[in-house]
Order: sequence, then structure tokens, then C-alpha cells
Amino acid sequence: MSLLIGSITIGLILALLALGIFISFRIFNFPDMTAEGSFTCGAATGASLIVGGMNPLLACLIAFIVGMLAGATTGVIHTHFKINPLLAGILVMTALYSVNLHIMGKSNMPLLSETTVFTWIENLSASISGPDAVSNLLGWEVNTKNLWVLLFCVLSVTAFSYILFWFFRTNIGTAMRATGNNDQMIRALGVNTKVMIIIGTALSNGFIALSGALLAQYQGFADVQMGIGMMVWGLASVIIGEAIINDNSLGAVILGAVIGSVLFRLLVAIALRWGLNPNDLKLITALFVFVALILPTLMANRKPTFKRRVNA
Amino acid sequence: MLKIDNIQKTFNVGTVNEVKALENICIEVEESSWVCVLGTNGSGKSTVLNAIAGSFPVDEGSIVLDGVDITKWSENSRAKYIGRVFQNPFSGTAPGMSIQENLALALKRGKRRGLGWGLPSSLIADLKKMVTPLNMGLEERLDSPIGKLSGGQRQALTVLMATAVKPQLLLLDEHTAALDPKTAAKVIELTQQIVNRDKLTTLMVTHSMQQAVSLGDRIIMMHHGKVAYDFKGEDKKRLKVNDLLSLFDEIRRKDMIDPAVAKLLQEYYV
Repeated sequence: MSLLIGSITIGLILALLALGIFISFRIFNFPDMTAEGSFTCGAATGASLIVGGMNPLLACLIAFIVGMLAGATTGVIHTHFKINPLLAGILVMTALYSVNLHIMGKSNMPLLSETTVFTWIENLSASISGPDAVSNLLGWEVNTKNLWVLLFCVLSVTAFSYILFWFFRTNIGTAMRATGNNDQMIRALGVNTKVMIIIGTALSNGFIALSGALLAQYQGFADVQMGIGMMVWGLASVIIGEAIINDNSLGAVILGAVIGSVLFRLLVAIALRWGLNPNDLKLITALFVFVALILPTLMANRKPTFKRRVNA
Repeated sequence: MLKIDNIQKTFNVGTVNEVKALENICIEVEESSWVCVLGTNGSGKSTVLNAIAGSFPVDEGSIVLDGVDITKWSENSRAKYIGRVFQNPFSGTAPGMSIQENLALALKRGKRRGLGWGLPSSLIADLKKMVTPLNMGLEERLDSPIGKLSGGQRQALTVLMATAVKPQLLLLDEHTAALDPKTAAKVIELTQQIVNRDKLTTLMVTHSMQQAVSLGDRIIMMHHGKVAYDFKGEDKKRLKVNDLLSLFDEIRRKDMIDPAVAKLLQEYYV
């Protein structure tokens, strides 16, 4: 049961990553590879600041801002220097690898003895119900502090999802959605699409960096390799969410990304439990996204033959 | 109102594909005038419209709109003064967004977009009033995505959107060319209603001589990136479809001869 709660918690933390990927991929149609660098960058920034003694929440905020800067850089490289979005992202991602090493000063930074957001919550739990309290959840015995951590993640992800839901319905947010949908049209209506794309990539990578910063605190270390494969991971979450929710309205898609992230994390946890070699994880994730991407086309191609058979 | 002074544009400079798209174009359009721009394929008529709209920077010359020199302005800054309808009915609307969101975006053309609601509920009634005259039943399905509508419906909405905030200049780029005749007639009727109601200064590129003859108060015929003919006032009123056809024939005959030879012949015999 604690494995389940742990998976859901990580799923929720990574839901912020999924929301970031949702912004770049689905709103702007921008395959943004920066994600892999900015995820680590958020983790590295958060971890270094916390080790330096900073308030963990403030460290998260700064990680968010640093992620936004990374994203804005990609946006500027794409819009002002007319470099293909994929390449722009790869350039920044590659550059960030060195930046991340500089931020941490080494390739791995442990946080186990530091005060993180999660230590605060565990302390809060201990002060309310005792240090080693156990709760009864549907018949299972669970560590109370883990429930508090889960609750914190649920609340913060809900808050961030709602902020996005609100933002993308404001005037500027609607203009951003239109930029991804039909940039020629929205330019003819007086919107500077370059600025919209830069704000979009910044916002997206801010969320991704925050996700990295929280994950580092939860798992107790930041590692320079932790961003590898994160973009595909986020994409898998978004795709699962879309398949489950099956509704294109904004709120549904945001909710879908969050649910998709949690479900995907659970699937992975179950697969690992059943003896999947952790080394195969990225391969399986990539295969999964590949299948999910081609499935709609395959299904569409199958339909006519099916009909013909029925008619005959 | 609109003063285009000697603009030039060459695409793909220095390559085998170099095209002189616009050569010394000078056009002056009076306020509330409706100009139809005709021309063969590749004559530069759409290019003139795109130059005015700012899709690309011109190599030389200036474009002055209502006393303001907009030559160096970006496409989106010019949109403050210019409403546009494209040839492709899918270009003017965002398919994934609802009809009401598209209209609300259009009502903000050229205005500051902040953190206010993109679609305040107080606006819905106004939007309904906007689409009801189209007689397409759209007022009942304002919240369905625009991508589900037909090309004709989308183009009619684009015309509404381009003029939702009164533009100082309306650019119509063969906006009925991709529609079936019946729908095209409907969209033209709508365009006529709006242009006449708001007395809009309009530049319309068209392939249809019928439209050119029956609409507007001026016809400009383009050829090889230049203005070949310009008919205004009484001259324009007297023009018939057959006159335009014979002009096109004349242009085509001139094309058969080498331009240098044609110039020589003209100098000697005309």
C-alpha cells in the first residue's frame, strides 16, 4: 500500500511535468526538447539552494523562474533566429547539461539530511498525530506522514491545474491557444505570435522545472541524468489522459494530463513490481508512446475494410 | 487613405528562381473606395495585398495608411488598422476553438490583451446578435468548434471577424475562390452588406470578372508585377465582362513577344 501511495505521489509531482509538456505540445504544437534539460535544471537549482540553506518553497519558486528562463531561451532561438523548434530545444537542452553541472558543482547532490518541503510536511504530520502514527486507509495500514505528503501534492497540483485552466481562458491565454491552432489567423488579428510562443515555452518549462525541483526533494537527491527521457514520459501521460477523458475541452485535457501522469506512474510501478528490468523502462516508455501515436491512424485505416466485409 | 508609393519586391534574390513580384507599384486609394484587383496567375495581385498586410517586408517604396507610414511595421501591428480575409477558408479561423472564442478574439483585434476573461458571459448575447443575420443557425451552436463547420460558413465568419472591429482598410484575397458558386454568392452578399454599411475602404483581389464588374468603384488590372490598367469612376461603370476579357487577351498577345521587342515596337509604331 505504501508503494501505491508513493507511486501516486510521484505521479502527481510528475503531473506538473505533464502539464508543461501539454502546454508546449498540445497548446503550441511545439515539440520542446528543452524539457529534458529544464527538468534537471529545476532539480539542480532547487537542490543547491536548499543545501545552501534557503527556504525550500522559495527554492521551488526560483527553480520555476530558472525553468522559465530556459524555456524563454528556446522560444527566442526559435522565433527570432528562425531555428526549427526541435533543434532549438535540443540546443538549449544540451547547453543546460553543462549549466546544471555548474549549478550543482557535481553530478549528484543528496538532500536526505536537508530540510525540504516534504520534511516540513512530515514534521507537521508528526506534531499533529505523533512521529510514527499509522492510519487506516480502506483496511490497509499506512504511514500517516505519507498521507499528508500525498494530500500536499493533490492540493498543489489542483492549484496549478486550476491556474492553467484560468490562464488559458483569459484574453492573452486565448490568444496563445489560437497561436498554436492557427498562427496566420491570430497574427491577422494583431497578436505578436513570437511573444506568445516565448511566453508559452517559458511557462511550460517553468512547470517542468518545478516538477524537477519537487521530485528531487521527494526522492532525496538531484542527479544530472534525471531529465533523460522526461519529455517522452510527459508525452505518454498527456496521451493516456486524452485517451481516458476523450473530450477536447480545455478543462478536460488539463485534468486528463494529471490523471494520465498518475496512471502512467502506477503502470510503471506495477510493471517494475512484476519484474520488469528497470533498464528497459525507457525502451518500454518510448514503445508505448510510439504505439499510442500510431494507433489512431491504424484504427482509421482499418475501418473501411471492416465496412466492406459487413456489406458483402 | 491608402498610399502605396513605388513599392518593389523581388523574391529569391540571386538564385535561379529570382522573381520580380512587384515592380514600381504606385496605387492611391480614396476613403470608402472599393477596389477590385484583377490579373493573371502570378501577376502579383495577391503579393500587393500581402505587402500591404505586412506578410513580408518590401525592398523599396513606402506604404502610408491614413497618414501613418506603416512600411516598417510588423504584420501584427498593422492588424490594428487592417482586416483580412484569406483565400483559404481555413486560414481565417482557429479550427480547434469554438465559434464564440474565435469571434471574441476578433473583437480584440489590435487591442491590448490582458488577463481579463477571454469570453465574458456578457459577451455571448452580442455574439449571437452578430451571427444571427448570417442565417446559418450558428447562433444555436456558438460553443461548437469552428473546425466542424463548412468552408462557406467559416469564410462567412471570417468576413464577420475581419470587420468586427471596424478596420480602416479591408483586404480580401480571392476570398470566394475556394467556395462553390452558391456559397460564394452568399459570402459576396455578406461582404457587400458590411462594406456598404460601414463604408469600408476595401481592396479585393478576385479572379471573377463578374465580381469585378458588379462590385466596387474601381478596377486595377495587374500584369507581371505592374499595374497594367486602372479604371475609376465612369470608366469603371461602363466596363463589361467582355471588355475585361479582351483586355486580358491583349495582355496575353503582348506576352507572346519578347518584352524588349514589344517595347521597341511600341516606340516605333504607337
